[in-house]
Amino acid sequence: MSPRAIFSLAVLAFLIMLGAQSVYIITEIERAVLLRFGKVVNTDVSTGLHFKFPFVDEVRRFDARILTLEASAERFLTVEKKSTQVDSYAKWRIVDVTRYYTATSGEQERAERLLSQRINEGLRNEFATRSLQEVVSGERDQLMVDLRTVLNNIAVQTMGVEVVDVRVKKIDLPDEVSEQVYRRMSAEREREAKEHRAIGNEQAEIIKAEADRQRVVIEANAYSQSEKLRGEGDAKAAAIYAEAFGQNPEFYAFSRSLNAYRQTFGGKDDLIILDPKSEFFRYFNAMNQK
Amino acid sequence: MAWNEPGNNNNDPWGGRNRNKNSGNDGPPDLDEIIRKTFGRFFGGGGPRGGNNNSSSASFVVVVVLVLLVLFYFIKGIGIVNEQERAVVLRLGEYKETRGPGFRWNPPFIDKVFTENVTQVRTWSTKEQMLTKDLNIVDIKLSVQFSIDSAEDFVLNTKNPEQSLQQASFSALRHVAGSTVMHEVLTEGRSRIAVEVEERLQSYLTSYTTGINVQKVNIEETNPPKEVQGAFDDVIKAREDEERYKNEAQAYANDVIPRARGRAQRMVEEASAYRDQVVARAEGEADRFKALLTEFRKAPAVMRERLYLDMMEDVLTNSSKVLVDVEGGNNLMYLPLDKLIESNKSVSRAVQTPADLDELAARVAERLQFENQPSSTLRRREGR
Repeated sequence: MSPRAIFSLAVLAFLIMLGAQSVYIITEIERAVLLRFGKVVNTDVSTGLHFKFPFVDEVRRFDARILTLEASAERFLTVEKKSTQVDSYAKWRIVDVTRYYTATSGEQERAERLLSQRINEGLRNEFATRSLQEVVSGERDQLMVDLRTVLNNIAVQTMGVEVVDVRVKKIDLPDEVSEQVYRRMSAEREREAKEHRAIGNEQAEIIKAEADRQRVVIEANAYSQSEKLRGEGDAKAAAIYAEAFGQNPEFYAFSRSLNAYRQTFGGKDDLIILDPKSEFFRYFNAMNQK
Repeated sequence: MAWNEPGNNNNDPWGGRNRNKNSGNDGPPDLDEIIRKTFGRFFGGGGPRGGNNNSSSASFVVVVVLVLLVLFYFIKGIGIVNEQERAVVLRLGEYKETRGPGFRWNPPFIDKVFTENVTQVRTWSTKEQMLTKDLNIVDIKLSVQFSIDSAEDFVLNTKNPEQSLQQASFSALRHVAGSTVMHEVLTEGRSRIAVEVEERLQSYLTSYTTGINVQKVNIEETNPPKEVQGAFDDVIKAREDEERYKNEAQAYANDVIPRARGRAQRMVEEASAYRDQVVARAEGEADRFKALLTEFRKAPAVMRERLYLDMMEDVLTNSSKVLVDVEGGNNLMYLPLDKLIESNKSVSRAVQTPADLDELAARVAERLQFENQPSSTLRRREGR
């Protein structure tokens, strides 16, 4: 290869490099500052095609989209000194590119570290004035709005970023507190279980007692009715007897006595000791004496 | 568009070079030669020094190379947007349009194209442990179905929108669960929670301009933590026990009351039977008495005598009897009544044959005679 060709090649490469260095496109998803010898000359480069002096100007690009910051889990104390483990995240974006660049040297990690510290500090303050229940439940929205306002006051001024949203992702209890919660939950369930069983027994007792009552009442009523019936029968029978026997009481007494004797002495096991002088043996003796 | 994006074979940046090589009709061209040929023109000669080429072949190669470059540039800009996809086009960095399905051509380096599938329903699910309003811990399994509503928002406004969705879901779910008591979370409140999470999640995502449309949030499972699962199961068992106790009691009642009713009916029936019985008997006896009385009136003395004798006969026929004549003897006769009754009983049990009977009778008589005066007479008869 001839020296001339080498020279041509070098010139070509140089021209391409020069071209690449002097033209740049800022897309909608980016923000940028233009630096000349390290000094900011364009504080907020608009989107589109731009030219710059090669090697002299430098473009620093930053993400213009909404970014996510995951704050590491931190231990916060609530107003009743309960320890909680809180995960949060923040949505933020760069609003003032120059301030952002100067505050963070354009390093996203650094920006996030700074933000994360501020968020955790804000959360710690907010948590310290609220009970665990308030933090867990409906107070969250207000908490987040407050926190965002506080953060934005500082963040826009110092870092050129706007916090779009801060949210608590997770509120966990430390293991030993969780243990207590589990024990409490178990105890509550136990209470409920006992209650169910007791109510079951109560209901069962009521049903049984009711059944027993009904049984007794039914039987008593039946007894009453049966006694009435028996009485009716007895009365009627008595009336019949009275009517019949009243016709000749003496004969009734006689015949009834005979029947009674018959009934009383009718058994085989009865032993009767007789006096031969009795009326029954009248003829028996007469024969003997003959 | 990436140079190695699948589905487009002609956008390999080295493809042009390869083609260039292949199109050379006499072996692989020398790089040196090509440069000389191509740029020799622009830098004013080189032809005289080369000697082995002429200007027409050099310009031919230049044309071929240029055509190939243009062709390559053109091909690289071609793309196809599928039915499910939308292509977000940035021209010189600025948003130009969102293209629907079909063929597209965008000049490389000038246009930047992001293609996203917008009709596909994506699913993301997680299982999380969290606190409820009454500070209990529950496990919730959640799934979110979402699709991309606005491709340009999805691409341009938020970095990593799907991660945003996940984090927003965590937050929304915990917020809603934290505002709900455990009982509701575990039971009937699930669908309400799903709806609230969905609304909340969508509002978060809208405020982040992610371009994501949350289609459905499902609370798939809500469980107490496994540490207390046993206690929760026991409650369910206790509920069953409660029902069981009641049912058992009801069974008892169902057993007892009809029986009582039956017994009551029996008592009434028996009483009724008694009534009818005594009345009937009374009527019968009365009638019998009346009939007898009629006859009695006709001949009282005879009837009286006959009835008496009938009775005595009946009585004496059936029973054991001892006839004692104490008239002529002394009064110290000893009658072992208890033994008589006893032996009578044993006899009534043991005596089976007439021989036994005779023997017994003889023994009794002998004994009485032996112990007492001869004038006493004993007679004993055994009933059947």
